[in-house]
Amino acid sequence: MHRIAIVGGGTGGTVLANRLASELQTEIETDEVEVRLITADPNHVYKPTFLYVPFGKKTVDDAKRPIEELVDRRVTLMTDEVIGVDTDQNRLSFADRTTSLHYDQLVLATGATLEPEAVPGLAEGGHHFYGLAGAERLRDELADFTEGHLVLSVVGVPHMCPAAPVEFTLMVDAWLRERDRREDVEITYTYPINRVHGLESVADWATDLFEKRDIGLETFFNVDEVDPDAEVIETVEGTELEYDLLVAIPSHRGSDLVTDAGLGEDGWVDVDRHTLEATAAKSVYAIGDVADVPASKAGSVVHYEAGVVADRIASRARGETPTATYDGKTVCFLEAGMDEATFIEFEYGEEPYVREPSNPLHWAKLGYNESYWLTASFGPKLAEVSNSDIAFASGLMAILGIVSVVYR
Amino acid sequence: MTDAHNPDVTIDSRDASCPGPLMDLIGKVKGLGSGTVVELQTTERNSTTDVPEWLEKAGHDLVEIEERDEYWSIFLEVN
Repeated sequence: MHRIAIVGGGTGGTVLANRLASELQTEIETDEVEVRLITADPNHVYKPTFLYVPFGKKTVDDAKRPIEELVDRRVTLMTDEVIGVDTDQNRLSFADRTTSLHYDQLVLATGATLEPEAVPGLAEGGHHFYGLAGAERLRDELADFTEGHLVLSVVGVPHMCPAAPVEFTLMVDAWLRERDRREDVEITYTYPINRVHGLESVADWATDLFEKRDIGLETFFNVDEVDPDAEVIETVEGTELEYDLLVAIPSHRGSDLVTDAGLGEDGWVDVDRHTLEATAAKSVYAIGDVADVPASKAGSVVHYEAGVVADRIASRARGETPTATYDGKTVCFLEAGMDEATFIEFEYGEEPYVREPSNPLHWAKLGYNESYWLTASFGPKLAEVSNSDIAFASGLMAILGIVSVVYR
Repeated sequence: MTDAHNPDVTIDSRDASCPGPLMDLIGKVKGLGSGTVVELQTTERNSTTDVPEWLEKAGHDLVEIEERDEYWSIFLEVN
């Protein structure tokens, strides 16, 4: 039997497992191929939901579903923690068992981990919306924040969803205006390099909006230390900035599993940017945040990567030469306030065009987030998805149809 | 006297896309003592303008930018 193992039950692992279940349906049913998804968390978490939690528009429960409800029945689901990868012997070892597991092809989709403790004082002094607990804590803090200096500081680059800090800043501005608190709240956005975003077109777009909305900017701002008692941020450039509410995007790291297996430094897997195959080992792929490619750490990236890797793995399982490649395709919706959004798409080396924000694109983003649950699960499980979700997705397709005509 | 061709630390950021090389440099410089000479290797043209700008902001010295066959070497001294 040809054994395919996927480690990680986030968007990448789940979408990939379902794609493989579909592409290798015949081989799985005749016991020639096994697709196994191994995840330490029995819940699947859809992180884009977190952006809306601080504003009371979503709850953390909206971001979670049991993974067994999403995974195709032809996938062998295993709830376990992988603690070792032996790429010479093609074997995985686990936290709570003595037996190891052989693989013929392996995909690492272990994501990125927040590392607030990398900056002294940040965990104590800062809030964030990049996790379940953090988003809830920020919601409570923001609800009671009526005056003072709110600082949104991007501490770590790269980080998940590069657009989210800009989105949060524009959303909190609009949210405060709706509540007549904006005049009593100063807002400052900080970024490590000499513009407000890694992509120049997004940086130009956001800088213009920040100026119009009276949002302060600090660039070349690399946080060295946070003093939570004095409520001051100190940077490696020698700047000091006082805050009353600090919303910070912490540093991210990959996985110790990756470093220990010799697959890449800092926990990110070194891969060929087009084939997504590990450079240090054969028959090993990485997708999503853990893959060290010059693309965004964003959900759409891993959707496209999963499609490519599914094709390559299926080809190998059939003894064929794989030909599918990933070109860096990324699609992002960007909220520009509480009721308008824009959207960008680009590939490796391309600069996206930023469209004028609109209300239909805001609804398209919300609709896409809801329909995610349909794109993560498919095949036989589709029949088990509620009718309301299907109705929502149909509505979304209608909206997107209109949007594509208007904004072509 | 600073010798740009014998750096104390070399950071290989070739093939990293913007702002990767600059972020690699900032991450490394934090842990280096005054007087350390660093060579940053980059294939990203923007680094040749972004890095000097950051050095000025952060108070470090740009020593020299050398164009190689397929990349740039940016030499700097930490203050």
